[in-house]
Amino acid sequence: MAVRVQEADFDPGAELEALAVGDAGIGAVVSFTGLVRGTGGVSTMTLEHYPGMTEKALEEIEAEAHERWPLQASLVIHRVGPLPPGARIVFVATASRHRAAAFEAAEFLMDFLKTRAPFWKKEVAEDGTARWVDARETDDRAAARWAR
Amino acid sequence: MRILYFAWLRERIGVGSEDLSPPEGVSTVADLVEWLKTREARYAAAFEDVAAIRVALDQEQADFDAPLAGVREVALFPPVTGG
Repeated sequence: MAVRVQEADFDPGAELEALAVGDAGIGAVVSFTGLVRGTGGVSTMTLEHYPGMTEKALEEIEAEAHERWPLQASLVIHRVGPLPPGARIVFVATASRHRAAAFEAAEFLMDFLKTRAPFWKKEVAEDGTARWVDARETDDRAAARWAR
Repeated sequence: MRILYFAWLRERIGVGSEDLSPPEGVSTVADLVEWLKTREARYAAAFEDVAAIRVALDQEQADFDAPLAGVREVALFPPVTGG
């Protein structure tokens, strides 16, 4: 179980390899990598966050995933600061004995991260105009389906 | 009490954090926001639509009717958009 909030890029391949090392019980590894979309004339996406609460919120979400599914390992990485189109922005990986738990837990982590973790995206367009990205109702609905 | 602002709320108010001592009678988050609005026009403008504002008390998500007693850090921000 680990959470990292960082400006630096990460290597999904290396992270996945490290995740499953040394646990012969792992039969499934699932990952999601989110990228900055370059559509709509976006030249930079800047991620602001709430240092302290961000890590706490991600750790709580991760702990809940481990409570709900039999996971052997998990990792959440979220980048902050200015990012160009195409850059990796978020990474979620889960490992379990069987694939169903790993798939579901990875989706759960992403849905909750998008609606609970204190990050805010600001887009700067090629012409220099900036706008804060609006929260999406579809993200709220995606998170709501995990209610129990 | 330390008050933090994020994203467009921070930009509209012009600071990311400030230490304030709300007057007596400010006992909930809603009270605090109403008091902030009376301070200066930039606060009134930033908090014009309180339905668009979320709050965390000592780094835990909370509601506007949550009490402020014993709270050291209040964060006010728009709905989150990470991921």
